[in-house]
Amino acid sequence: MTAPTPLLSLHNISKRFGGLAVISDVSFDVSAGARMALIGPNGAGKTTIFNLVSGFYQPDEGDIMMEGRAIQTIASRHRIGLGIARSFQNIRLMPHLSVTENIMLGQQARAGGVVELLKPLSFFGHSHWRDEAQALLKDMGLHTYPGEVVANLPYGIRKKIEVVRALVARPKLLLLDEPAAGLNAAETDSLTGFLKRISDTGVTLLVVEHDMGLVRRLCDHVVVLNFGRKIYDGPTANVQNDPLVLEAYLGPRDAASPAKTAEGCHAA
Amino acid sequence: MSGYWSGILTILSINIIMAYAIFLPVATGQLNLGGAGFQAVGAYGAAFLSSKYGLSVWETIPFAMALTALVSFLIAFPLLRTKGVYLVLATFAFAEVVGGAILNSTMLGGPMGLSVPAFVEYQVPVLGALLVTIFIFYLMATRFGLVMRAAHDDDVVTDLMGVNVRGIRVAAFTIGGALAGLAGALYAHSFSFVEIQGFNASLSIYVLLYVLLGGTQTAWGPLAGALFFTMLPEALRVALPALKGWMGLAMGFQGARTAPDESWRFVILGILTVLMMMFRSEGLITRVMVEKLRFRHHAVRLARVDAPA
Repeated sequence: MTAPTPLLSLHNISKRFGGLAVISDVSFDVSAGARMALIGPNGAGKTTIFNLVSGFYQPDEGDIMMEGRAIQTIASRHRIGLGIARSFQNIRLMPHLSVTENIMLGQQARAGGVVELLKPLSFFGHSHWRDEAQALLKDMGLHTYPGEVVANLPYGIRKKIEVVRALVARPKLLLLDEPAAGLNAAETDSLTGFLKRISDTGVTLLVVEHDMGLVRRLCDHVVVLNFGRKIYDGPTANVQNDPLVLEAYLGPRDAASPAKTAEGCHAA
Repeated sequence: MSGYWSGILTILSINIIMAYAIFLPVATGQLNLGGAGFQAVGAYGAAFLSSKYGLSVWETIPFAMALTALVSFLIAFPLLRTKGVYLVLATFAFAEVVGGAILNSTMLGGPMGLSVPAFVEYQVPVLGALLVTIFIFYLMATRFGLVMRAAHDDDVVTDLMGVNVRGIRVAAFTIGGALAGLAGALYAHSFSFVEIQGFNASLSIYVLLYVLLGGTQTAWGPLAGALFFTMLPEALRVALPALKGWMGLAMGFQGARTAPDESWRFVILGILTVLMMMFRSEGLITRVMVEKLRFRHHAVRLARVDAPA
Protein backbone atom coordinates (compact mmCIF):
# COMPACT_ATOMS: atom_id res chain seq x y z
CA MET A 1 0.00 0.00 0.00
CA THR A 2 1.28 3.46 -0.83
CA ALA A 3 0.53 6.59 1.17
CA PRO A 4 -1.15 9.39 -0.81
CA THR A 5 1.34 11.80 -2.39
CA PRO A 6 1.76 14.84 -0.11
CA LEU A 7 0.80 18.18 -1.64
CA LEU A 8 4.19 19.70 -0.86
CA SER A 9 7.22 17.80 0.15
CA LEU A 10 10.75 18.98 0.93
CA HIS A 11 13.52 16.41 0.49
CA ASN A 12 16.85 17.10 2.22
CA ILE A 13 16.86 20.81 1.41
CA SER A 14 20.02 22.80 2.11
CA LYS A 15 20.63 26.46 1.42
CA ARG A 16 23.77 28.48 2.11
CA PHE A 17 24.37 32.22 1.75
CA GLY A 18 28.13 32.49 1.36
CA GLY A 19 29.56 30.56 4.29
CA LEU A 20 26.36 30.67 6.33
CA ALA A 21 24.22 27.52 6.25
CA VAL A 22 20.69 28.88 6.58
CA ILE A 23 18.88 25.60 5.92
CA SER A 24 20.59 22.27 6.60
CA ASP A 25 19.11 19.04 5.35
CA VAL A 26 15.47 19.84 6.09
CA SER A 27 12.74 17.43 5.01
CA PHE A 28 9.04 17.49 5.73
CA ASP A 29 5.71 16.84 4.04
CA VAL A 30 2.58 18.95 3.91
CA SER A 31 -0.42 16.75 3.18
CA ALA A 32 -3.34 18.07 1.16
CA GLY A 33 -5.91 19.91 3.28
CA ALA A 34 -3.58 20.21 6.29
CA ARG A 35 -3.29 23.26 8.53
CA MET A 36 0.36 23.22 9.37
CA ALA A 37 2.61 25.64 11.24
CA LEU A 38 6.30 26.27 10.74
CA ILE A 39 7.77 27.76 13.90
CA GLY A 40 11.15 28.44 15.43
CA PRO A 41 13.18 31.21 17.04
CA ASN A 42 14.22 34.26 14.98
CA GLY A 43 16.73 33.38 12.30
CA ALA A 44 15.75 29.70 12.27
CA GLY A 45 15.16 29.75 8.50
CA LYS A 46 11.36 29.82 8.34
CA THR A 47 11.06 32.65 5.83
CA THR A 48 13.92 31.10 3.83
CA ILE A 49 11.81 27.94 3.48
CA PHE A 50 8.97 30.12 2.13
CA ASN A 51 11.32 31.85 -0.27
CA LEU A 52 12.57 28.49 -1.50
CA VAL A 53 9.05 27.17 -2.04
CA SER A 54 7.85 30.34 -3.77
CA GLY A 55 10.93 30.42 -5.99
CA PHE A 56 12.92 33.47 -4.87
CA TYR A 57 15.86 31.18 -4.11
CA GLN A 58 16.93 27.84 -5.43
CA PRO A 59 18.08 25.21 -2.93
CA ASP A 60 21.76 24.25 -3.03
CA GLU A 61 20.76 20.65 -2.42
CA GLY A 62 17.56 18.68 -2.28
CA ASP A 63 14.24 18.63 -4.08
CA ILE A 64 11.04 20.60 -3.58
CA MET A 65 8.13 18.48 -4.76
CA MET A 66 4.65 19.81 -5.49
CA GLU A 67 2.18 16.96 -6.00
CA GLY A 68 5.08 14.64 -6.70
CA ARG A 69 6.80 16.89 -9.24
CA ALA A 70 10.18 18.55 -8.61
CA ILE A 71 9.67 22.30 -8.94
CA GLN A 72 12.90 23.87 -7.71
CA THR A 73 14.01 24.89 -11.22
CA ILE A 74 10.65 26.41 -12.20
CA ALA A 75 10.68 30.23 -12.33
CA SER A 76 8.92 32.01 -9.47
CA ARG A 77 6.26 33.53 -11.70
CA HIS A 78 5.11 30.12 -12.91
CA ARG A 79 4.69 28.70 -9.41
CA ILE A 80 1.34 30.35 -8.80
CA GLY A 81 0.12 28.34 -11.78
CA LEU A 82 1.16 25.20 -9.88
CA GLY A 83 -1.07 26.26 -7.01
CA ILE A 84 1.40 27.99 -4.67
CA ALA A 85 0.51 31.43 -3.32
CA ARG A 86 1.91 33.34 -0.38
CA SER A 87 1.65 36.39 1.84
CA PHE A 88 4.54 38.35 3.29
CA GLN A 89 5.83 39.10 6.76
CA ASN A 90 5.61 42.83 6.10
CA ILE A 91 2.47 43.43 4.06
CA ARG A 92 3.27 43.76 0.39
CA LEU A 93 0.11 45.04 -1.20
CA MET A 94 0.47 47.56 -4.01
CA PRO A 95 0.14 50.87 -2.13
CA HIS A 96 -1.04 52.94 -5.11
CA LEU A 97 -3.69 50.45 -6.21
CA SER A 98 -7.18 50.25 -4.78
CA VAL A 99 -8.37 47.25 -2.79
CA THR A 100 -10.29 45.89 -5.77
CA GLU A 101 -7.28 46.37 -8.05
CA ASN A 102 -5.04 44.47 -5.64
CA ILE A 103 -7.53 41.61 -5.69
CA MET A 104 -7.72 41.75 -9.49
CA LEU A 105 -3.94 41.43 -9.58
CA GLY A 106 -4.38 38.17 -7.69
CA GLN A 107 -6.60 36.95 -10.55
CA GLN A 108 -3.69 37.35 -12.95
CA ALA A 109 -2.70 33.66 -12.77
CA ARG A 110 -6.13 32.74 -14.14
CA ALA A 111 -6.18 35.53 -16.73
CA GLY A 112 -3.14 34.73 -18.86
CA GLY A 113 -2.77 35.63 -22.52
CA VAL A 114 -2.50 38.85 -24.47
CA VAL A 115 -6.24 39.05 -25.19
CA GLU A 116 -7.13 39.11 -21.49
CA LEU A 117 -4.39 41.68 -20.91
CA LEU A 118 -5.94 44.07 -23.40
CA LYS A 119 -9.57 43.71 -22.32
CA PRO A 120 -10.76 46.62 -20.18
CA LEU A 121 -11.46 46.09 -16.49
CA SER A 122 -13.38 49.32 -16.23
CA PHE A 123 -14.12 51.40 -19.30
CA PHE A 124 -17.78 51.73 -20.05
CA GLY A 125 -18.97 49.50 -17.22
CA HIS A 126 -17.47 46.59 -15.26
CA SER A 127 -15.78 43.42 -16.41
CA HIS A 128 -16.58 40.06 -14.84
CA TRP A 129 -13.13 40.18 -13.21
CA ARG A 130 -14.04 43.30 -11.29
CA ASP A 131 -17.46 41.92 -10.37
CA GLU A 132 -15.85 38.73 -9.11
CA ALA A 133 -13.29 40.66 -7.03
CA GLN A 134 -16.00 42.78 -5.44
CA ALA A 135 -18.21 39.76 -4.74
CA LEU A 136 -15.29 38.05 -3.01
CA LEU A 137 -14.57 41.14 -0.92
CA LYS A 138 -18.20 41.11 0.12
CA ASP A 139 -17.99 37.41 1.09
CA MET A 140 -14.96 38.15 3.24
CA GLY A 141 -16.62 41.11 4.91
CA LEU A 142 -14.23 43.61 3.31
CA HIS A 143 -16.65 45.21 0.87
CA THR A 144 -16.73 48.60 2.57
CA TYR A 145 -13.44 49.61 0.98
CA PRO A 146 -13.61 48.69 -2.74
CA GLY A 147 -12.17 51.84 -4.30
CA GLU A 148 -10.03 52.91 -1.39
CA VAL A 149 -6.31 53.14 -2.08
CA VAL A 150 -4.58 50.51 0.05
CA ALA A 151 -2.07 52.87 1.64
CA ASN A 152 -4.95 54.56 3.52
CA LEU A 153 -6.32 51.44 5.24
CA PRO A 154 -5.70 50.13 8.77
CA TYR A 155 -3.08 47.44 9.28
CA GLY A 156 -5.43 44.60 10.22
CA ILE A 157 -7.57 45.14 7.13
CA ARG A 158 -4.51 45.21 4.89
CA LYS A 159 -3.36 41.89 6.40
CA LYS A 160 -6.66 40.29 5.43
CA ILE A 161 -6.65 41.83 1.98
CA GLU A 162 -3.22 40.37 1.34
CA VAL A 163 -4.56 36.91 2.20
CA VAL A 164 -7.59 37.43 -0.06
CA ARG A 165 -5.30 38.50 -2.90
CA ALA A 166 -3.32 35.28 -2.56
CA LEU A 167 -6.60 33.36 -2.44
CA VAL A 168 -8.18 34.64 -5.66
CA ALA A 169 -5.50 32.81 -7.63
CA ARG A 170 -7.30 29.70 -6.28
CA PRO A 171 -4.13 28.14 -4.90
CA LYS A 172 -3.90 24.63 -3.48
CA LEU A 173 -1.25 25.70 -1.00
CA LEU A 174 -1.26 29.03 0.82
CA LEU A 175 1.95 30.12 2.56
CA LEU A 176 1.27 32.71 5.28
CA ASP A 177 4.27 34.50 6.75
CA GLU A 178 3.39 35.75 10.26
CA PRO A 179 -0.24 36.63 9.53
CA ALA A 180 -0.86 37.73 13.13
CA ALA A 181 2.24 39.90 13.56
CA GLY A 182 1.24 43.38 14.68
CA LEU A 183 -2.41 42.47 15.28
CA ASN A 184 -4.16 42.91 18.64
CA ALA A 185 -6.04 40.06 20.34
CA ALA A 186 -9.40 40.85 18.75
CA GLU A 187 -7.88 41.16 15.30
CA THR A 188 -6.01 37.88 15.79
CA ASP A 189 -9.26 36.13 16.76
CA SER A 190 -10.95 37.51 13.69
CA LEU A 191 -8.00 36.41 11.53
CA THR A 192 -8.06 32.89 13.01
CA GLY A 193 -11.73 32.49 12.11
CA PHE A 194 -10.99 33.90 8.66
CA LEU A 195 -8.17 31.38 8.09
CA LYS A 196 -10.33 28.49 9.30
CA ARG A 197 -12.98 29.43 6.76
CA ILE A 198 -10.32 29.46 4.05
CA SER A 199 -9.07 26.06 5.18
CA ASP A 200 -12.62 24.68 5.10
CA THR A 201 -12.79 25.47 1.39
CA GLY A 202 -10.03 22.91 0.85
CA VAL A 203 -6.96 25.17 0.73
CA THR A 204 -3.88 23.76 2.45
CA LEU A 205 -2.28 26.20 4.88
CA LEU A 206 1.38 26.43 5.85
CA VAL A 207 1.80 29.18 8.42
CA VAL A 208 4.91 30.78 9.89
CA GLU A 209 3.80 32.30 13.19
CA HIS A 210 5.17 33.37 16.55
CA ASP A 211 1.76 33.67 18.20
CA MET A 212 1.42 30.19 19.75
CA GLY A 213 -2.21 30.91 20.63
CA LEU A 214 -3.05 31.19 16.95
CA VAL A 215 -0.93 28.14 16.12
CA ARG A 216 -2.73 26.05 18.77
CA ARG A 217 -6.19 27.12 17.64
CA LEU A 218 -5.52 26.88 13.92
CA CYS A 219 -2.93 24.20 13.24
CA ASP A 220 -3.00 20.49 13.84
CA HIS A 221 0.60 19.84 12.87
CA VAL A 222 3.82 21.71 13.63
CA VAL A 223 7.36 21.68 12.23
CA VAL A 224 9.97 23.41 14.40
CA LEU A 225 13.22 24.74 12.96
CA ASN A 226 16.27 25.89 14.89
CA PHE A 227 19.45 27.19 13.25
CA GLY A 228 18.27 25.83 9.91
CA ARG A 229 17.63 22.29 11.19
CA LYS A 230 14.36 20.54 11.81
CA ILE A 231 14.04 19.65 15.50
CA TYR A 232 10.38 18.68 15.69
CA ASP A 233 7.75 17.42 13.27
CA GLY A 234 4.51 16.26 14.83
CA PRO A 235 1.14 17.14 16.34
CA THR A 236 0.66 20.58 17.85
CA ALA A 237 -0.47 19.10 21.17
CA ASN A 238 2.94 17.61 21.97
CA VAL A 239 5.23 20.37 20.82
CA GLN A 240 5.42 22.14 24.17
CA ASN A 241 6.73 19.10 25.94
CA ASP A 242 9.44 18.30 23.44
CA PRO A 243 12.86 18.69 25.10
CA LEU A 244 14.64 19.90 21.95
CA VAL A 245 11.98 22.55 21.31
CA LEU A 246 12.13 23.72 24.93
CA GLU A 247 15.88 23.99 24.70
CA ALA A 248 15.69 25.96 21.46
CA TYR A 249 13.27 28.48 22.91
CA LEU A 250 14.37 28.64 26.54
CA GLY A 251 18.02 27.68 26.52
CA PRO A 252 19.70 24.52 27.87
CA ARG A 253 17.85 22.76 30.64
CA ASP A 254 20.52 23.19 33.33
CA ALA A 255 20.31 26.95 33.02
CA ALA A 256 17.44 27.77 35.40
CA SER A 257 14.36 27.22 33.24
CA PRO A 258 10.95 28.47 34.25
CA ALA A 259 9.22 25.90 32.05
CA LYS A 260 6.56 24.08 34.04
CA THR A 261 6.98 20.67 32.51
CA ALA A 262 7.44 17.37 34.25
CA GLU A 263 11.04 17.28 33.12
CA GLY A 264 11.68 20.89 33.99
CA CYS A 265 10.83 20.28 37.66
CA HIS A 266 13.23 17.49 38.44
CA ALA A 267 16.05 19.76 39.57
CA ALA A 268 13.94 21.16 42.37
CA MET B 1 -7.46 80.96 -35.98
CA SER B 2 -4.37 83.09 -35.61
CA GLY B 3 -0.93 81.73 -36.31
CA TYR B 4 -0.06 82.19 -32.66
CA TRP B 5 -2.85 79.93 -31.39
CA SER B 6 -2.40 77.29 -34.06
CA GLY B 7 1.31 77.22 -33.17
CA ILE B 8 0.49 76.82 -29.47
CA LEU B 9 -2.01 74.04 -30.18
CA THR B 10 0.55 72.22 -32.31
CA ILE B 11 3.24 72.40 -29.63
CA LEU B 12 0.74 71.46 -26.93
CA SER B 13 -0.44 68.41 -28.88
CA ILE B 14 3.11 67.24 -29.55
CA ASN B 15 4.00 67.75 -25.88
CA ILE B 16 0.97 65.73 -24.74
CA ILE B 17 1.91 62.86 -27.03
CA MET B 18 5.52 63.02 -25.81
CA ALA B 19 4.36 63.11 -22.18
CA TYR B 20 2.40 59.89 -22.74
CA ALA B 21 5.38 58.35 -24.53
CA ILE B 22 7.48 58.84 -21.39
CA PHE B 23 4.56 58.11 -19.04
CA LEU B 24 4.23 54.47 -20.14
CA PRO B 25 7.73 53.38 -19.04
CA VAL B 26 7.51 55.61 -15.97
CA ALA B 27 4.18 53.97 -15.00
CA THR B 28 6.01 50.62 -14.88
CA GLY B 29 8.71 52.15 -12.69
CA GLN B 30 11.27 52.99 -15.39
CA LEU B 31 12.42 56.61 -15.61
CA ASN B 32 13.23 57.60 -19.18
CA LEU B 33 15.42 60.67 -19.69
CA GLY B 34 15.97 59.97 -23.37
CA GLY B 35 12.75 61.45 -24.75
CA ALA B 36 14.53 63.78 -27.17
CA GLY B 37 16.44 60.85 -28.68
CA PHE B 38 13.28 58.85 -29.38
CA GLN B 39 11.50 61.89 -30.74
CA ALA B 40 14.51 62.64 -32.99
CA VAL B 41 14.39 59.13 -34.45
CA GLY B 42 10.75 59.64 -35.41
CA ALA B 43 11.25 63.19 -36.68
CA TYR B 44 14.25 62.32 -38.86
CA GLY B 45 12.61 59.11 -40.06
CA ALA B 46 9.59 61.06 -41.31
CA ALA B 47 11.68 63.98 -42.61
CA PHE B 48 13.98 61.70 -44.55
CA LEU B 49 11.15 59.82 -46.29
CA SER B 50 9.38 63.05 -47.08
CA SER B 51 12.38 64.95 -48.44
CA LYS B 52 14.19 62.14 -50.26
CA TYR B 53 11.27 60.04 -51.53
CA GLY B 54 8.44 62.57 -51.47
CA LEU B 55 6.16 60.27 -49.46
CA SER B 56 2.94 61.63 -47.99
CA VAL B 57 2.36 62.07 -44.27
CA TRP B 58 0.06 59.02 -44.24
CA GLU B 59 3.10 56.97 -45.17
CA THR B 60 5.81 58.78 -43.20
CA ILE B 61 3.92 58.86 -39.86
CA PRO B 62 3.28 55.09 -39.61
CA PHE B 63 6.86 54.48 -40.73
CA ALA B 64 8.26 56.86 -38.10
CA MET B 65 6.17 55.16 -35.41
CA ALA B 66 7.24 51.67 -36.47
CA LEU B 67 10.91 52.70 -36.71
CA THR B 68 10.95 54.29 -33.25
CA ALA B 69 9.05 51.36 -31.77
CA LEU B 70 11.60 48.96 -33.27
CA VAL B 71 14.54 50.99 -31.94
CA SER B 72 12.88 51.16 -28.51
CA PHE B 73 12.19 47.43 -28.49
CA LEU B 74 15.79 46.58 -29.38
CA ILE B 75 17.41 48.87 -26.84
CA ALA B 76 14.85 47.97 -24.14
CA PHE B 77 16.60 44.67 -23.44
CA PRO B 78 20.02 46.10 -22.52
CA LEU B 79 18.50 49.29 -21.02
CA LEU B 80 16.04 47.58 -18.69
CA ARG B 81 18.85 45.52 -17.18
CA THR B 82 19.80 48.71 -15.36
CA LYS B 83 17.74 50.20 -12.55
CA GLY B 84 17.05 53.53 -10.91
CA VAL B 85 19.52 56.30 -11.55
CA TYR B 86 21.58 54.06 -13.85
CA LEU B 87 18.59 53.60 -16.13
CA VAL B 88 18.11 57.38 -16.17
CA LEU B 89 21.74 57.81 -17.23
CA ALA B 90 21.51 55.02 -19.80
CA THR B 91 18.44 56.54 -21.49
CA PHE B 92 20.12 59.94 -21.40
CA ALA B 93 23.21 58.45 -23.04
CA PHE B 94 21.01 56.88 -25.70
CA ALA B 95 19.61 60.31 -26.60
CA GLU B 96 23.14 61.70 -26.81
CA VAL B 97 24.19 58.85 -29.13
CA VAL B 98 21.20 59.52 -31.41
CA GLY B 99 22.04 63.23 -31.45
CA GLY B 100 25.70 62.59 -32.23
CA ALA B 101 24.91 60.08 -34.96
CA ILE B 102 22.49 62.44 -36.71
CA LEU B 103 24.88 65.39 -36.37
CA ASN B 104 27.56 63.38 -38.17
CA SER B 105 25.33 61.92 -40.85
CA THR B 106 25.53 63.65 -44.25
CA MET B 107 22.50 61.65 -45.41
CA LEU B 108 20.39 63.31 -42.69
CA GLY B 109 21.82 66.78 -43.30
CA GLY B 110 24.16 66.82 -40.29
CA PRO B 111 24.16 70.21 -38.56
CA MET B 112 22.22 71.77 -41.49
CA GLY B 113 19.06 69.81 -40.70
CA LEU B 114 16.49 68.59 -43.18
CA SER B 115 13.60 70.48 -44.71
CA VAL B 116 10.31 68.60 -44.83
CA PRO B 117 8.17 69.25 -47.89
CA ALA B 118 4.95 67.56 -46.67
CA PHE B 119 3.15 69.98 -44.35
CA VAL B 120 0.30 69.32 -41.91
CA GLU B 121 -2.06 71.88 -40.43
CA TYR B 122 -2.49 72.09 -36.65
CA GLN B 123 -5.63 69.92 -36.81
CA VAL B 124 -3.50 66.83 -37.46
CA PRO B 125 -1.39 67.01 -34.27
CA VAL B 126 -4.52 67.95 -32.29
CA LEU B 127 -6.32 64.87 -33.62
CA GLY B 128 -3.20 62.79 -32.89
CA ALA B 129 -3.07 64.01 -29.28
CA LEU B 130 -6.77 63.29 -28.85
CA LEU B 131 -6.46 59.72 -30.15
CA VAL B 132 -3.34 59.07 -28.07
CA THR B 133 -5.07 60.37 -24.94
CA ILE B 134 -8.07 58.09 -25.50
CA PHE B 135 -5.73 55.18 -26.21
CA ILE B 136 -3.77 55.72 -22.98
CA PHE B 137 -6.94 56.04 -20.89
CA TYR B 138 -8.16 52.78 -22.41
CA LEU B 139 -4.80 51.06 -21.84
CA MET B 140 -4.70 52.13 -18.20
CA ALA B 141 -8.18 50.64 -17.68
CA THR B 142 -7.13 47.21 -18.96
CA ARG B 143 -5.38 44.42 -17.12
CA PHE B 144 -2.21 45.54 -18.92
CA GLY B 145 -2.54 48.92 -17.21
CA LEU B 146 -3.14 47.17 -13.89
CA VAL B 147 -0.01 45.01 -14.10
CA MET B 148 2.02 48.02 -15.31
CA ARG B 149 1.11 49.93 -12.16
CA ALA B 150 1.63 46.82 -10.05
CA ALA B 151 5.15 46.39 -11.48
CA HIS B 152 5.81 50.00 -10.53
CA ASP B 153 4.78 49.42 -6.91
CA ASP B 154 6.44 46.03 -6.27
CA ASP B 155 8.02 44.01 -9.06
CA VAL B 156 8.81 41.01 -6.83
CA VAL B 157 5.20 40.45 -5.80
CA THR B 158 3.95 41.19 -9.32
CA ASP B 159 6.24 38.44 -10.59
CA LEU B 160 4.85 36.09 -7.94
CA MET B 161 1.32 36.81 -9.17
CA GLY B 162 2.33 35.24 -12.47
CA VAL B 163 3.18 38.40 -14.40
CA ASN B 164 6.13 38.49 -16.78
CA VAL B 165 7.43 41.79 -15.40
CA ARG B 166 10.23 42.11 -17.93
CA GLY B 167 7.83 41.50 -20.80
CA ILE B 168 5.44 44.15 -19.49
CA ARG B 169 8.28 46.67 -19.15
CA VAL B 170 9.61 46.01 -22.64
CA ALA B 171 6.08 46.33 -24.05
CA ALA B 172 5.49 49.63 -22.23
CA PHE B 173 8.86 50.93 -23.44
CA THR B 174 8.09 49.91 -27.03
CA ILE B 175 4.60 51.43 -27.11
CA GLY B 176 6.12 54.57 -25.58
CA GLY B 177 8.69 54.52 -28.39
CA ALA B 178 5.96 54.38 -31.03
CA LEU B 179 4.28 57.42 -29.43
CA ALA B 180 7.58 59.33 -29.33
CA GLY B 181 7.97 58.49 -33.03
CA LEU B 182 4.49 59.90 -33.67
CA ALA B 183 5.36 63.08 -31.78
CA GLY B 184 8.59 63.42 -33.77
CA ALA B 185 6.89 62.91 -37.14
CA LEU B 186 4.16 65.44 -36.27
CA TYR B 187 6.87 67.89 -35.24
CA ALA B 188 8.72 67.44 -38.55
CA HIS B 189 5.60 67.91 -40.66
CA SER B 190 4.22 70.80 -38.61
CA PHE B 191 7.38 72.90 -38.67
CA SER B 192 8.62 71.78 -42.12
CA PHE B 193 12.15 71.56 -40.80
CA VAL B 194 14.14 69.39 -38.42
CA GLU B 195 17.53 70.08 -36.92
CA ILE B 196 19.15 68.03 -34.22
CA GLN B 197 19.69 71.06 -31.95
CA GLY B 198 15.93 71.02 -31.40
CA PHE B 199 16.16 67.57 -29.79
CA ASN B 200 18.49 68.43 -26.95
CA ALA B 201 18.80 67.42 -23.32
CA SER B 202 16.46 70.13 -22.10
CA LEU B 203 13.65 68.64 -24.21
CA SER B 204 14.21 65.27 -22.52
CA ILE B 205 14.19 66.94 -19.12
CA TYR B 206 11.02 68.94 -19.82
CA VAL B 207 9.12 65.92 -21.06
CA LEU B 208 10.08 63.91 -17.98
CA LEU B 209 9.02 66.88 -15.83
CA TYR B 210 5.58 66.90 -17.49
CA VAL B 211 5.12 63.34 -16.30
CA LEU B 212 6.74 63.54 -12.86
CA LEU B 213 5.13 66.82 -11.87
CA GLY B 214 1.84 66.05 -13.56
CA GLY B 215 1.59 62.74 -11.71
CA THR B 216 2.59 59.21 -12.67
CA GLN B 217 -0.26 57.31 -11.06
CA THR B 218 -3.09 58.04 -13.48
CA ALA B 219 -3.46 58.95 -17.15
CA TRP B 220 -4.60 62.42 -16.04
CA GLY B 221 -1.14 63.31 -14.75
CA PRO B 222 0.85 63.65 -18.00
CA LEU B 223 -2.07 65.54 -19.57
CA ALA B 224 -2.11 68.03 -16.69
CA GLY B 225 1.70 68.28 -16.69
CA ALA B 226 1.97 68.93 -20.44
CA LEU B 227 -0.88 71.47 -20.31
CA PHE B 228 0.58 73.25 -17.31
CA PHE B 229 4.15 73.49 -18.56
CA THR B 230 3.21 74.40 -22.13
CA MET B 231 0.69 77.04 -21.21
CA LEU B 232 2.50 78.56 -18.22
CA PRO B 233 5.26 80.31 -20.25
CA GLU B 234 2.56 81.68 -22.56
CA ALA B 235 0.47 82.89 -19.64
CA LEU B 236 3.56 84.52 -18.15
CA ARG B 237 4.22 86.24 -21.45
CA VAL B 238 0.99 88.15 -20.85
CA ALA B 239 1.15 88.37 -17.07
CA LEU B 240 4.76 89.41 -16.65
CA PRO B 241 4.51 93.06 -17.80
CA ALA B 242 1.50 93.55 -15.51
CA LEU B 243 3.37 91.87 -12.67
CA LYS B 244 6.29 94.22 -13.13
CA GLY B 245 3.92 97.17 -13.13
CA TRP B 246 2.41 96.12 -9.77
CA MET B 247 5.81 95.47 -8.25
CA GLY B 248 6.93 98.91 -9.38
CA LEU B 249 3.85 100.51 -7.86
CA ALA B 250 4.27 98.63 -4.61
CA MET B 251 7.85 99.80 -4.31
CA GLY B 252 6.91 103.35 -5.16
CA PHE B 253 8.63 103.69 -8.53
CA GLN B 254 7.30 106.45 -10.74
CA GLY B 255 7.19 106.85 -14.48
CA ALA B 256 7.31 104.53 -17.48
CA ARG B 257 8.84 101.07 -17.21
CA THR B 258 10.47 98.94 -19.88
CA ALA B 259 8.96 95.55 -20.69
CA PRO B 260 10.64 92.82 -18.62
CA ASP B 261 13.23 90.53 -20.11
CA GLU B 262 11.84 87.30 -21.64
CA SER B 263 14.15 85.14 -19.56
CA TRP B 264 12.24 86.06 -16.39
CA ARG B 265 9.54 83.68 -17.54
CA PHE B 266 11.92 80.80 -17.09
CA VAL B 267 13.00 81.99 -13.67
CA ILE B 268 9.37 81.90 -12.53
CA LEU B 269 8.87 78.55 -14.23
CA GLY B 270 11.90 77.21 -12.34
CA ILE B 271 10.63 78.49 -9.00
CA LEU B 272 7.20 76.94 -9.59
CA THR B 273 8.85 73.65 -10.48
CA VAL B 274 10.80 73.62 -7.22
CA LEU B 275 7.69 74.53 -5.23
CA MET B 276 5.75 71.72 -6.85
CA MET B 277 8.48 69.22 -6.05
CA MET B 278 8.36 70.37 -2.44
CA PHE B 279 4.62 70.43 -1.91
CA ARG B 280 3.23 67.94 -4.39
CA SER B 281 6.03 65.44 -4.84
CA GLU B 282 3.66 62.76 -6.14
CA GLY B 283 2.54 65.10 -8.91
CA LEU B 284 -0.33 67.50 -9.51
CA ILE B 285 -2.86 64.73 -10.03
CA THR B 286 -2.65 61.75 -7.70
CA ARG B 287 -4.58 58.52 -7.58
CA VAL B 288 -6.20 59.45 -4.28
CA MET B 289 -7.41 62.73 -5.75
CA VAL B 290 -9.04 61.06 -8.79
CA GLU B 291 -10.57 58.41 -6.54
CA LYS B 292 -12.06 61.07 -4.28
CA LEU B 293 -13.73 62.82 -7.20
CA ARG B 294 -15.01 59.52 -8.56
CA PHE B 295 -16.13 58.41 -5.11
CA ARG B 296 -18.35 61.42 -4.70
CA HIS B 297 -20.34 60.31 -7.77
CA HIS B 298 -20.24 56.70 -6.72
CA ALA B 299 -21.38 57.35 -3.17
CA VAL B 300 -24.41 59.25 -4.44
CA ARG B 301 -25.29 56.37 -6.78
CA LEU B 302 -24.82 53.75 -4.06
CA ALA B 303 -26.94 55.74 -1.64
CA ARG B 304 -29.74 55.73 -4.19
CA VAL B 305 -29.47 52.00 -4.89
CA ASP B 306 -29.21 50.99 -1.23
CA ALA B 307 -31.97 53.24 -0.02
CA PRO B 308 -34.88 51.16 1.32
CA ALA B 309 -37.97 51.38 -0.85
